[in-house]
Amino acid sequence: MPESSNSMRLSVALDGAGWHPAAWREPDARPAELFDAGYWADLVAEAERASLDFVTIEDSLTLQSDDPFAPDDRIDRVRGRLDAVLIAARIAPRTRRIGLVPAATVTHTEPFHVSKSIATLDYVSTGRAGVRVQIAARPDAAAHFGRRELPVIDELFGEAADYVEVLRRLWDSWEDNAEIRDIATGRFIDRDKLHYIDFEGRWFSVKGPSITPRPPQGQPIVAVLGHGGRSYDLIAGSADVGFVTPHDTAQAANIVGEIRALQWAAGRSRQTLHIFGDAVVFLDGTPQAAQTRQRRLDDLAGVEYRSDADIFVGTPGQLADVLQEWHEAGLSGFRLRPAALPHDLAQITEGLVPELRRRGLFRTAYEADTLRGSLGLTRPANRYQVARLTRH
Amino acid sequence: MSKPIKQIHLAAHFPGVNNTTVWSDPAAGSHIEFSSFAQFAQTAERGKFDFLFLAEGLRLREQNGQIYDLDVVGRPDTFTVLAALAAVTDRLGLTGTINSTFNEPYEVARQFASLDHLSGGRAAWNVVTSWDAFTGENFRRGGFLAEDQRYERAKTFLQTAHELFDSWRGDEIVADKATGVFLSDAIAGTFAHKDAQFDIHGRFNVPRSPQGRPVIFQAGDSDEGRDFAAAAADAIFSRHSTLGAGQAFYEDVKGRLARYGRRRDELLILPAATFVIGDTDAEAAEIAHEVRLAQVSPQTAIKFLEQLWNRDLSDHDPDGPLPSVDPVVGENTISRGRASVRMFRDPIAIANDWRAKAEAENLTTRELIAEVSGRPSFIGSPQTVAVTINDFVQADASDGFILVPHITPGGLDPFVDQVVPLLQERGVFRANYAGTTLRDHLGLAPLPAPRRYVGHSASTGVAS
Repeated sequence: MPESSNSMRLSVALDGAGWHPAAWREPDARPAELFDAGYWADLVAEAERASLDFVTIEDSLTLQSDDPFAPDDRIDRVRGRLDAVLIAARIAPRTRRIGLVPAATVTHTEPFHVSKSIATLDYVSTGRAGVRVQIAARPDAAAHFGRRELPVIDELFGEAADYVEVLRRLWDSWEDNAEIRDIATGRFIDRDKLHYIDFEGRWFSVKGPSITPRPPQGQPIVAVLGHGGRSYDLIAGSADVGFVTPHDTAQAANIVGEIRALQWAAGRSRQTLHIFGDAVVFLDGTPQAAQTRQRRLDDLAGVEYRSDADIFVGTPGQLADVLQEWHEAGLSGFRLRPAALPHDLAQITEGLVPELRRRGLFRTAYEADTLRGSLGLTRPANRYQVARLTRH
Repeated sequence: MSKPIKQIHLAAHFPGVNNTTVWSDPAAGSHIEFSSFAQFAQTAERGKFDFLFLAEGLRLREQNGQIYDLDVVGRPDTFTVLAALAAVTDRLGLTGTINSTFNEPYEVARQFASLDHLSGGRAAWNVVTSWDAFTGENFRRGGFLAEDQRYERAKTFLQTAHELFDSWRGDEIVADKATGVFLSDAIAGTFAHKDAQFDIHGRFNVPRSPQGRPVIFQAGDSDEGRDFAAAAADAIFSRHSTLGAGQAFYEDVKGRLARYGRRRDELLILPAATFVIGDTDAEAAEIAHEVRLAQVSPQTAIKFLEQLWNRDLSDHDPDGPLPSVDPVVGENTISRGRASVRMFRDPIAIANDWRAKAEAENLTTRELIAEVSGRPSFIGSPQTVAVTINDFVQADASDGFILVPHITPGGLDPFVDQVVPLLQERGVFRANYAGTTLRDHLGLAPLPAPRRYVGHSASTGVAS
């Protein structure tokens, strides 16, 4: 059920030249600039002009490949990418309101490092950071790290849940007022307000506290893309935002129901968990123009484009119809994947957003300074502070 | 023929988590808000500095079994704050300290290559090593390295990272929309590395960055550290700030370069240095005395004493004489996560030296600690400081300095506003940046493009 009018949340997923493999060949594409800060700054500025809640930035620990298990030798696709957290940090000081949610791989990396990097992204953006945690099941990613054995996928999601728990504990490992600068006693901090997290799990143990004080939002946003199974457990048990991939309204309602049940079972019924629908979008002024463009891109790519998410081809007005229906089915927002950049992003900001506003579904301006605020999440109490005060 | 006049290199160290930083000063600002970092970096860039330097420690220090609370505590993630600083500066180099023990080469290489792209060629890496299980408790790899393996790990880590950086030559991305060729080389990024530390292979996913790789810094002072720098670093961050010690270190390290087939100008020597500037030398000396007392509070004096004595001295009077008991010899158990305690090779001899000095100069414990635990390197009027720095550099005690102000974020301003113009007038420091990359600022030649990967044969055919 929609919460109220103006309640739809909207984000875009940025990846290279767009999600279609031939997007980089579009006339307005900037494929030679994919590794320059200015390219990303322009895209995020465009999203911020339309007051979108956040952008996500894709990442991976492997070179892009059409082969699901190994590198390929294609030369006709975008290959190479920059670290998504660093792209987000590079953009943060030049934007003011939009949330920045880079992807971070949790399978081969250190939770201690990722915790402080997202906390720092929250500092450099003054409260607009999130992270989309993702597993890396590919054997070629494991070979980049020399991990001897790669666990099965279900275990990778279990490891991811532990990883998010460590991120969250480390973000809380400093209480907000731990820095006291007390000249009389010579103490910079009150160390009773710093906490060892003492996490011990099957895959790793982490002592803490973080070297980085609690970030401005307290807890930056944690997002997860899921396609069912253990990924829904991770969304329900650990995330603030889940990205899901329904292909029709009934499916959207079913997925929401399934995740809400898991959320209740995980004891998180009182916490806000947004469930966003993902869709790849080809948008133009007429349905025919959008279809023609999709066909042209498919011809250039030599193969029909397929996706885990629904592929929408049509006008911004038609897309608004679909989003409205899915929103009424229980999705609180959407993460749109522009098929080609900057074209489909501009269609979202100049076509879709005004249409949603006309329908009273999307706000006309930012109403909060932080990403948590935009998503209607309060700044959470610190778990260790609560525990310490309860003891006294 | 007289020796050519050297150009001075200057860098700014964001004040760190140690007692050099006077957090109690009314002018002291935040050590964690980005506005402090932005202001500090923009001041350094206004002064045409070569680069900004960030240190890193991956576990909060402890003493007597508790988190150390007397110094500034807490800092941001190095890569993330440097990437953000790239947005608010245009030319300033961005140097991050990154540990080779608690990271993996693939990840570090892609972070530095990304930072170099996002800053237009301004990234530098201060490669540090550690081996302590104390820090390891924060990491999934946990554990620790035997002390004698840490340079082995650092060397192979750096070599592996170089192989990753060099896995792209720099000309592969053609992005030709008409022909549909994005990549001119179907195996760009291919690498394979196998040794006792790392066994990895695959495709590196960041194309070659503007500088080819980050500028490499080394900070260790041991014999092994000096060799590591002579073999692999572009600059060495040393702590020798007296003229004689600086010249000896300079000659020693530069003398090692030939062994690795390198010229003397391929490695810069940049000691860390603190400073206090006053209108006159006398005023500066007065301020310096106050700064020292602020840096060594009564509580800090006792903690410092405990680090050498390796025992609990919390009942000792900081305004009285040094303890009459001797230090506990052996593994330092009182202080954890602090590199400086390793310098105390013979604690009893050092304690005896301190007692002799305190008696001769009639110093209390706190006054003695203020004397022996470091004093500002350059104290004086702007003229005096400019002349002294230039003399050091022209006398080959260093190639410049990494300046560590004691106030965050405004502590660099007096130097930039009053000393830099004097160095520029003398023609020994740039009036404007001549190039865009950190290699340009440091006078390092551009790196040659690497050769194509030949580790194994691969197809180069155009895919459908």
